[in-house]
Amino acid sequence: MKPDVAIEGIARRFGATTVFEDVWFTVDRGEFVCLVGHSGCGKTTILNILAGLDAPDSGAMLVDGREITGPSLDRAVIFQSHALLPWLTAAENVAFALTCRHPGWSRGQALAEARKALGRVGLDHAGDRKPAQLSGGMKQRVGIARALAIKPRILLMDEPFSALDALTRGALQEEVSRLVSEAEQTGFMITHDVDEAILLADRILLMSNGPGARIAEVVVNTLPRPRTRASLHHMPGYHALRDHILDFLITRSREFSAASPPPGWSPRAVPEVKPAEGAAS
Amino acid sequence: MPQRVSFWRAALLSAALLAAFLGAWEVALLPSAATGPALDPEYAALIGAAAAQGGQTAMPAPSAIALRLVELLADPFYVRGTNDQGIGVQIAYSLLRVGAGFGLAALVAIPLGFVIGMSPLLNAALNPFIQVLRPVSPLAWMPLALYAIKDSAISSIFVIFICSIWPMLLNTAFGVASVRREWLNVARTLEAGSWRTAIRVILPAAAPTIVTGMRISIGIAWLVIVAAEMLVGGTGIGYWVWNQWNNLSIADIVIAILMIGLVGLLLDRLLGLLARAVSYAE
Repeated sequence: MKPDVAIEGIARRFGATTVFEDVWFTVDRGEFVCLVGHSGCGKTTILNILAGLDAPDSGAMLVDGREITGPSLDRAVIFQSHALLPWLTAAENVAFALTCRHPGWSRGQALAEARKALGRVGLDHAGDRKPAQLSGGMKQRVGIARALAIKPRILLMDEPFSALDALTRGALQEEVSRLVSEAEQTGFMITHDVDEAILLADRILLMSNGPGARIAEVVVNTLPRPRTRASLHHMPGYHALRDHILDFLITRSREFSAASPPPGWSPRAVPEVKPAEGAAS
Repeated sequence: MPQRVSFWRAALLSAALLAAFLGAWEVALLPSAATGPALDPEYAALIGAAAAQGGQTAMPAPSAIALRLVELLADPFYVRGTNDQGIGVQIAYSLLRVGAGFGLAALVAIPLGFVIGMSPLLNAALNPFIQVLRPVSPLAWMPLALYAIKDSAISSIFVIFICSIWPMLLNTAFGVASVRREWLNVARTLEAGSWRTAIRVILPAAAPTIVTGMRISIGIAWLVIVAAEMLVGGTGIGYWVWNQWNNLSIADIVIAILMIGLVGLLLDRLLGLLARAVSYAE
């Protein structure tokens, strides 16, 4: 399959400290990729580079085979802090994004489309409310509606649910899972919630600890879709997959060294593992 | 936390304090029955009994001021020649000058503050000038303005302009510079463009700070116009106050003070309404 976005050998340095380097990966069309790693490995920086809000010190980002710098409507971001404009209502926030995408639209047309987009995330009734009048989960739903409304090529998410309580987080994860598979939306998400990654991702990129972080492993999630939180942990292979990722986060992320890499590892061809497949059979 | 007080109790106390103050004033000015030291009849005959007694003071009692107030407000907008115009006309002149000077200052300060807030370089480069000019009393500009402009009416507008520009300039620059990074990032990822970002994101985000600057400015402008008009003369409430001082009409001066206070309150409330309109909760 043709990659939608390709990251080629990017590195980021702050002074003498190299946060990460020689990071290569691709996100294919319609694929959902999660990036998992500890704090300090530069996950957010990688997402910001994908979003065009930050630039790598070396390496490049390719979209459709062409090198891209700067932000674009084709790469929508769902911010951890929801980043809604507080002086606009929920519908106006979404409409603002829509008028950026479609400069020719009238205000009425944009607001009508915005209400439809809010309806898809279950917020039909809250369009006229300001963000301050919405709960944390509702604000994040507006953020999701805003990002999806502009029909981006890829949806970028920076720990979008980490500020929410467990119940709300679960509901929103399923919501995103449904929306993304309905629209065959390409997605890239940063998370440190292992279950979130297993629920949503087709592939999970595991990053070693910084400084000098690399992508150490790529876990292919072979659990069949649709996945739900209620049934996820009953799926054959789930526990093997989860244990594999947890083991990585607890020990292997620390022990990984690019100077003496595990056999078969190279930065451009990080080995793929399918822990769920072996256990399921 | 301050205790909540009932509106009616506070209003009652205010009324009582006012009544006590005015009552004491009134009583203090009652003509005393017991006259002072016995008068030399010759002296009294020479300069008039009242004057010889030290008699009639220029300070009016509240009741006299009230009567004068009714008289002035009965026909506030009369014009009988250049030196005899109603108090309403004088206030209107002052408001016109404040409006013109403040409006021009807003037209300069808000766009300039926007640019300064957006550009750390310009901010650093212009900061020394602003810091030196800001503490200068606006009246210090008056001679220079009179010399350069050669028109006293426009000079007083210039003085209002120069005193209202600083709070608006600094507040706009600060408000624009402190717009939340994530809101700007939203605009960037939506490819909103600089003009749309400025109008749809930065301006509303900074609007509460900008309006606070406008509110400070109009307060200062209203303070300064009285002094400026005392200097330039001709028309305006400041000129009127000075004119009544020359006439030794203390009642008119007291009324002018009251009017200046009320108009100042009104101006502040107007900007307060604007502040409420642009405020947002995060």
